[in-house]
Amino acid sequence: MTTTYRTCPRTGLQFDTQAERLMRFNAVAAVLSMVMGGITAILVALTRWPAIKLLPADQFYQVLTLHGVNMLLFWIIFFEIAVLYFCSSTLLRCRLATPRIAWLAFALMVIGAITTNVAIFQGGSTVMFTAYVPMVAQPHFYLGLILFAVGALLGCFIFLGTLVVAKNERTYEGSIPLVTFGALTACIIAIFTIASGAIILIPTFLWSVGYIKEIDAQMYRLVFWAMGHSSQQINVAAHVSVWYAVAAVAFGAKPLSEKVSRSAFLLYILFLQLASAHHLLVDPGVSSEWKVLNTSYFMYAAVLASMIHGFTVPGAIEAAQREKGYTHGLFEWLRKAPWGNPAFSGTFISLVGFGFLGGISGVVLGAEQLNLLMHNTYYVPGHFHATVVIGTTLAFMALTYFLIPTLFKREVILPGVAKFQPYIFGLSMYVMVLVMMGAGTLGVSRRHWDMAFSGAPFQYEWPGAAYLMMGLAGMAAVVAVIGGVLWVLLVVGSILFGKKLEEGTLSAKPTQLKMPVATSLSGHGDAAAHNVPGTVVLSMVLLVAFVLYYFVNWKYLSEVWPLG
Amino acid sequence: MSAILPPAATNWWKQPIGKQELIMIVLALLWSLFMFFFMIYWHINGRQNLSNEKYKTTAAMFAAKAEQMVKQYQVRTETDLQVPVVKPPVGSDVYLIARMWNWWPILELEAGKTYKLHVSSMDYLHGFSLQPVNINIEIVPGYEHVIKLTPDKPGIYSLVCNEFCGIGHHTMLGRIYVK
Repeated sequence: MTTTYRTCPRTGLQFDTQAERLMRFNAVAAVLSMVMGGITAILVALTRWPAIKLLPADQFYQVLTLHGVNMLLFWIIFFEIAVLYFCSSTLLRCRLATPRIAWLAFALMVIGAITTNVAIFQGGSTVMFTAYVPMVAQPHFYLGLILFAVGALLGCFIFLGTLVVAKNERTYEGSIPLVTFGALTACIIAIFTIASGAIILIPTFLWSVGYIKEIDAQMYRLVFWAMGHSSQQINVAAHVSVWYAVAAVAFGAKPLSEKVSRSAFLLYILFLQLASAHHLLVDPGVSSEWKVLNTSYFMYAAVLASMIHGFTVPGAIEAAQREKGYTHGLFEWLRKAPWGNPAFSGTFISLVGFGFLGGISGVVLGAEQLNLLMHNTYYVPGHFHATVVIGTTLAFMALTYFLIPTLFKREVILPGVAKFQPYIFGLSMYVMVLVMMGAGTLGVSRRHWDMAFSGAPFQYEWPGAAYLMMGLAGMAAVVAVIGGVLWVLLVVGSILFGKKLEEGTLSAKPTQLKMPVATSLSGHGDAAAHNVPGTVVLSMVLLVAFVLYYFVNWKYLSEVWPLG
Repeated sequence: MSAILPPAATNWWKQPIGKQELIMIVLALLWSLFMFFFMIYWHINGRQNLSNEKYKTTAAMFAAKAEQMVKQYQVRTETDLQVPVVKPPVGSDVYLIARMWNWWPILELEAGKTYKLHVSSMDYLHGFSLQPVNINIEIVPGYEHVIKLTPDKPGIYSLVCNEFCGIGHHTMLGRIYVK
């Protein structure tokens, strides 16, 4: 299939026309999944808000299943496929490998997503995102997920194929950019994830139609989380790449050290998947040794990588800002950052929230014994809304403010609203996850329709503070959904009605990414680029908060009934 | 160059790492190692560790053991549903069934004494969430998990199910009395 190349007059990026259309379609499918996830989000939030309790129990669990599947799988993975195509074909200035198969992949993903949604809507598949056996869903619930996964897997191979095309056709010199390297990390983890998904979902599908008699519930949990958690690790690799990309676009920021940033990504590939085991910390089927080794020792190698990125991303921004002359004091570089640019503010709110709220809580949850305090409580969704919503979703939202002009060739409508959207969404999410984790610390269960236990043979009254925090979580969720609605309106409105921008020139061949690639290390390694005192202070604050919170939880654990 | 372009130098691997960056990496590494060793330390010196005693079982096998215990040590029944209350001897094996949507039976334990609590599920996954103590353990059908526990204060404790187990999940509330 022949293609043409468009050079964006605003960014200088060059788009393969085929790849560009695929990115746009995948991004639109992502936004539609987000709409579905958002509608269900408000219903979940208003039902768990004790004073409102909107839905009856059956609808609540059904809607919660829809929310999980659409947000955790469809929204994020559609968007990630677009990011993969962007990081390969666009950043390396080459044609996308096998665009016809890429359309097939897209079609499979769309059919899969619709099939699973239909299965949940029909009822009889209210099994939550996790679909733990022996609870059974309708066969097409699993079938839809399998089709979606096959499509995503094809997308991963197209990304890898495109890297090969770029290398063979010499469209760039030297090594692939750091952002593409991060996308490659996400892609490798995705392949592991999807393979695990196939290993567990295909037998479960066969079990649901009666070909297999029994699936061991513990084995299901073990293999399911190799998919379920690893798919969140794809997100981490993807959104860290997006952070680097936005820092590069907004500031011209370069990594402090290519070696450090790339090694940190490598740690993700080597160790992150094993973190899936931390879902089994209070399960009967695995031993303490296994729990400590897998979930913790290996996981900490990945935590280390995140702590490194948490330093190098703001560090790169600080170094770039100092180079521009914002050298006053510790934080002039941060004060003078473009806080009115939603691509930057979204990224920064995502970065800080991911580190302080998602990162710290994740490690505490992932410590073998501490998990006893929080397993399956509201703390868990509190934690992962900090990682997946503040970390991934907000980073992707921030990136779209950059993609609308360059990929969709439209001006963002209502810039005054766009300016505030990341704050409304991000900061309300900060509040929401904090009170969710607070309620979880008091023991309130996740995936639970009624904290008043109506109809139970006994009564148990949660502390008043738990009710207060569940109410606050509901209010914060409402504000966050408003922030999400604004984002959808801005994106859809801009794509449909935004002022058309100049397309840029089309050419039959890509212009090579020829740069004066030096064999020496000029421009690198100078002391100025490495002097980032503000980032050092921020990182130390994070570390101190981390240590304190970690020990507060051990103190709390030491006060519960002795076990063992 | 910036992160969306190839590195400006082909030998970027040889670029020296800045001192501040290096210090942060070392600190993060030390903290990660500390957290790893702290879990092992807690296994040795802490008092809250899940035991590793567990068996494969079936719903029928486990139910038989629980019924046997109830027959032997039942002291009364409670509520309209006649849920048996069991007072097992100190230090004995105590059986607790989780099923849609109740905990069976009610247990009456002595404060400061250690029991071996066996838990399993008759159907789906369930979540053992002891409140207001806040101990949370996964219950998996087909597995009998033996949890050694020592209630330390007298009181009325509730067992909440915190793993989704169907439409009646929120009514699955059980009791443990500690005297």
